[in-house]
Amino acid sequence: MIAPARTSPPRAAAAPTPSPRGARWGWAAKAASLPAAAGVWQALTVTDARLWLRFDRLPTLGDIAAEAARRLADPVYYLDLLQSLLRILTGFGLASVAGVAVGVAVARSRRTRHVLLPLLEAVRPIPAIALVPVAILLFPTDEQGIVFITFVAAFFPVMVSTRHAVRALPTLWEDAVRTLGGGRRHVLWNVVLPGILPGVFGGLSVGMGVAWICVISAEMISGEFGVGYRTWQSYTLVDYPAVIVGMATIGLLGWSTSAAVELAGRRATRWLPRAEGRES
Amino acid sequence: MTTLARPARTGEARPGLGFTLEGLSLGYGRGPVLHEVGLEIVPGEVLVVVGASGSGKSTLLRAMAGLLAPHGGRILADGVPVAATSADRAMVFQDDGLLPWRTVRANVELPLRIRGTPRRGRAAAAGAWIARVGLAGAEDRLPRELSGGMRQRVQLARALVGAPRAVLMDEPFGALDAQTRAQMQRLLLEVLADTRATVVFVTHDVDEALLLADRVVVLGRHGVRSVIEMHGPRDPAADRSETRARILEEL
Repeated sequence: MIAPARTSPPRAAAAPTPSPRGARWGWAAKAASLPAAAGVWQALTVTDARLWLRFDRLPTLGDIAAEAARRLADPVYYLDLLQSLLRILTGFGLASVAGVAVGVAVARSRRTRHVLLPLLEAVRPIPAIALVPVAILLFPTDEQGIVFITFVAAFFPVMVSTRHAVRALPTLWEDAVRTLGGGRRHVLWNVVLPGILPGVFGGLSVGMGVAWICVISAEMISGEFGVGYRTWQSYTLVDYPAVIVGMATIGLLGWSTSAAVELAGRRATRWLPRAEGRES
Repeated sequence: MTTLARPARTGEARPGLGFTLEGLSLGYGRGPVLHEVGLEIVPGEVLVVVGASGSGKSTLLRAMAGLLAPHGGRILADGVPVAATSADRAMVFQDDGLLPWRTVRANVELPLRIRGTPRRGRAAAAGAWIARVGLAGAEDRLPRELSGGMRQRVQLARALVGAPRAVLMDEPFGALDAQTRAQMQRLLLEVLADTRATVVFVTHDVDEALLLADRVVVLGRHGVRSVIEMHGPRDPAADRSETRARILEEL
């Protein structure tokens, strides 16, 4: 019989847990942050403040709320929302898969690196939005062009962070799998792909941010529907409350998609030694 | 304490690998760490390699595992040159070689998964080994939730679950406290009694070498300084002061 292992707690992951008072303060600050900003906005616009910056032409909260109520009752608003979401999810989804695949291939295979890296490094500095003319020439429909722009925008952060994450993997894990009889395929599935997740999710977060920037910009240039298109249209029609409603919509959409990426990342990397229950 | 007889290793387990090292030179980069090493390792023996830091103990082990190609000479395993890693030569690392995203069970199942063992067989074999190393009940924990000693138990189970013919151990207990280390040495002797695998064990701890070894190889600058045969039972209480003094002198 073997004596059972000492089950003394391991070097405990000592996360500083905030005191109940500290936690309450944190929640209160979080809850008050947006209303406080709205309050400042209201004060500046109601008083038509001109403090070098000119707030007298911006709509008050009342104007914006009335416009928001009107927009929320209009089916076109939801159509715009869906259209933008569809574009971003398609572009971002394709970029995630391609970014991870190319990042791993470039980091693990010398031949792929020699063939692809010069091209990738030459294209990377070009802002995705500067590809609009090419996208218009290349794709039969505007829709595909916008998805392409979004794809390009999100692809590079994902690819670069994947590549760095692969290079930063401890060789020990790979050695362990190889001495257990694993080949390249096993190393890829059992070490590389799970091991790079923390780095990949960093890239996905950045990618989601730039994907929104580009989808909105592309919609403003060549969309027929979408939050970006609608916001720009409102501006050209001198409907400023609608512009602000459009901006707020973009903010909320961006925030919720980034939160979804963040949540997925935390779930996928539960094994990281960063402590449970730590407030972030 | 139980005394384990010195060869107490029979059973239906697969026979251990025999190694032949011929004119072996190893190193990273420019100069060789080991130069022209020749050594026979008998199937089923426990060979402990001791030596000062930088004497090439770990390098030798990595080459035997197939993780490092020799500068010169060759390594034969049962007469066949070692050209790559193989499931027949499992390795246990000093630093935690466990995959941190896999639970204890999933880590121990890994060699069987690689081999394509069906799920039921995997679960049964892994469960038996986890219990064997004293970790029953900890199957679903992640490595970060285990102490250093527990993690080394998992490594041991993972190395042995695939019934390798040789186990290469690179200072596996080097980072443990004295009490845990003694427990692990005992556990190792007990589980090895059931296998016929050849064991090559690297350590810088002479007492550990005296306890575990059938033979002790002392590595000095650039190569093997001496090979010392051990006699008598593996008993922690046995008086080995003479052999100990000899090894220390060689070091």
